[in-house]
Amino acid sequence: MVKPATTKDDAHALFHSLRSAYSATPTNLKIIDLYVVFAVFTALIQVAYMAIVGSFPFNSFLSGVLSCVGTAVLAVCLRIQVNKENKEFKDLPPERAFADFVLCNLVLHLVIMNFLG
Amino acid sequence: MLSGRRLFTVALTLSAGVACSNDLENSYIFDGRSNRKILFRSQFIEFDQLIEFGMAMKVGIVVVLLAVASICEAVAIFHPISESHRSAALELFSPVAGSFSSLEEAYEALRTFEVLGIEKKPDIKDHTCNSVVDALSSMSSNSRDLYHALRVNGLLKCKTSKEALTGIISRLKDAVKDSTSLLDYYHAIGGLLLIKDQSSEVDVLLENADGILRSIKALSQSDGRWRYSSNNPESSTYAAGLAFETLSGVIQLAASAIDENLIGTLKKDIVKLFDSIEKYDDGSYYFDDKHIDVSGHQGPLSATAAVVRGLTTFASTSESLNIPEDKILGLARFFLGIGVPGNSKDLYYQIDSLSHLENNRVSVPLVLSLPATVLSLTSKDKLKVKVSTVLGSIAPPLSVKLMQVFSSGSKDASVLKQELHFDPKEAIHMLDALPEGVDIGKYVFAFEIVLSDPEDKRKFATGGRTKVPVHVTGVVKVDDAKVAVLEGDIVESEKKLDLPGKNDLALSANHLQKLHLSFLLTTPFGKPFKPHQALLKLRHETGVEHIFVVENSGRHFEITLDFLGLVEKFFYLSGQYDIELTVGDAVMENSFLQPLGSIELDLPKAPEKATQPPPQAVNPYLRYGPKAEIAHIFRAPEKRPPQEVSFAFLGLVLVPFLAFLVGLLRLGVNLKNFPTSTIPATFAILFHGGIAAVLLLYVLFWLKLDLFTTLKTLGLIGTFLMFVGHRTLSHLASASAKLKSA
Repeated sequence: MVKPATTKDDAHALFHSLRSAYSATPTNLKIIDLYVVFAVFTALIQVAYMAIVGSFPFNSFLSGVLSCVGTAVLAVCLRIQVNKENKEFKDLPPERAFADFVLCNLVLHLVIMNFLG
Repeated sequence: MLSGRRLFTVALTLSAGVACSNDLENSYIFDGRSNRKILFRSQFIEFDQLIEFGMAMKVGIVVVLLAVASICEAVAIFHPISESHRSAALELFSPVAGSFSSLEEAYEALRTFEVLGIEKKPDIKDHTCNSVVDALSSMSSNSRDLYHALRVNGLLKCKTSKEALTGIISRLKDAVKDSTSLLDYYHAIGGLLLIKDQSSEVDVLLENADGILRSIKALSQSDGRWRYSSNNPESSTYAAGLAFETLSGVIQLAASAIDENLIGTLKKDIVKLFDSIEKYDDGSYYFDDKHIDVSGHQGPLSATAAVVRGLTTFASTSESLNIPEDKILGLARFFLGIGVPGNSKDLYYQIDSLSHLENNRVSVPLVLSLPATVLSLTSKDKLKVKVSTVLGSIAPPLSVKLMQVFSSGSKDASVLKQELHFDPKEAIHMLDALPEGVDIGKYVFAFEIVLSDPEDKRKFATGGRTKVPVHVTGVVKVDDAKVAVLEGDIVESEKKLDLPGKNDLALSANHLQKLHLSFLLTTPFGKPFKPHQALLKLRHETGVEHIFVVENSGRHFEITLDFLGLVEKFFYLSGQYDIELTVGDAVMENSFLQPLGSIELDLPKAPEKATQPPPQAVNPYLRYGPKAEIAHIFRAPEKRPPQEVSFAFLGLVLVPFLAFLVGLLRLGVNLKNFPTSTIPATFAILFHGGIAAVLLLYVLFWLKLDLFTTLKTLGLIGTFLMFVGHRTLSHLASASAKLKSA
């Protein structure tokens, strides 16, 4: 007798398939994903801190959160450009994308440091 | 509009009358010279309407005022030079550090002191003499410096050598020959004239006097003014004064006799200059320069002073200069009318001109002044008149007659011809008793000076009739003063008042009754008197005040306050009202402002829509006094979280970073792609080092640096980083391309 497909089983199956698909991605992309997750978590912890102690000084909070968010965004852009399966950026050498990533990060962090106060 | 014009001319005469007479009643003024009778009649109400009318016609008011100035002739007093001038001279001409800043100023100061009879201090003399001798012996002095130095020398009589003077004479004579402008001639000729006065055996006479006169005369203009030089079209009256002084100098220095016709034309020029003389209302004449001229002199004082100097020096060289004596007297009045000037140059002009007028050969002005213009009937003041020259010296024998007394307030102007008796000890003309009928009030006394010696008539200018304003004051009797409370017409209570003494009434009235106050005012001569102010004031206990004018008929003053009609005016305020009576006038010696007591008024209640009494003024001392002190509250610092919480979260924030590192290790990161050969390796190391340096710079920026140094350093590191990074990444790119193609 075939068991009726429950949502729980579907979720499990989806999760497993995602996991296996994800492990197929190249390592450098996985590194970038890890970096993004790290940045987002740092931002969340800062927001939690602000929620507890209040938003003074507000500029420091903003600069902290925006640095995490900004660097995450830049990492996502890097991932898009470096991904070999992305046909749009086929002709862009990954070193060039990395150089852009580094430059943009440096500019972002200059602004963040200025705003940090 | 025609009716508008008529109204306008009526307004003109009315306002002229009001402005002239200073008095709001009937008054006549006789103008002795032209026998014009100008009747001014105006009353209080008409004046108000006139003001409204004037307000409506803005242009009209300006014209009215101008017309007023031309119609009425104000009377004024001129006092001769006195002690106040001497003390002003000492104050204004105080030399800085013992000497004057220039020889011109030194001359002005010394001349003023000499005329006023002030002693010169010896150290000033020494200092100034040194500058004089320097200026006279220096070869670089031009004729202007020499002129000023010689002027000062004339007053101080410094020791100068004959050779120096002879050398100067030749330079000045050359200057005269080479002169082209008026000022050159003025200084050179003036210098030569001064040398002539200061040393006896010198030859300063001019050969070509006629020619010089003609070349100076060539600078004259047809309107009487003079130009400064032939190529400068600017002309001024000041220059005309200088020109006449120069011309008289030339005449005095002439080696041979001068053509009489030429002198005649010069005399005509002076007379023409006097056509441009201007006049003030009080009888003073003056010259004015409309625009600032070359030497920066401006204003009537310097122009008139220059003309007076020129005129008197020219008159001293030639007889029979035809200037009318009233103009000379008018010029003297102009200078005396200044009073005591506030700066040294004006004082010099005034004193110098007056000293020239004192001894001039045209006519010497005599000044009639009154030491006191307010006479009191109570203290039986005598009318005193002083006649002297402008500098205060004794006049020739003369007698003063009081010709007429004009009064404002009554119709008659008595014609007297009373001679004043002369007291030789005090040099004052006195009238032992005031003329009959001179009661308290404002008068204009007209005096005439009659010279004892008929020969003096040509030499002295007396000015015909001199009008002087005089106030006669006295005690006004207040009689028969009583206050009553009336019910209808029946007197309920009446009390006698002692005015102007103290009174303390305690009346009471309700709104159906009336308050009646009456008194009589009589002058010392028994005539009725209307004071400037006769006011009754009622003040409520809250401070609200009401003022009423006490009307009169002849001697009898009375006022009736009908409370029924005044209930609304009093804002329905019942209670105690303080009564105050004010009677005052300038000629009343016993003017009074007396509180009379109080009245308890019982007024009906105010209806709902009644106007509220005006809010009373806050005590000014409280209003502008110190206010409550404000303690400044500084901004409270924000609440900060306790340190443990912050440190805890600091640790928490580092957790994702550690998780990231752990994740990297789990993913199996390696440095296999790191270039191994030396040069690319160094570049790679430098690349990473550069990024680390930038991050370190950011940390320093946060800790202590400012943006500008950071940006500068960032620029340097950045260029380095770009170069290095480009090398590294291109090496990596080529390596991976080789790998791909392989």
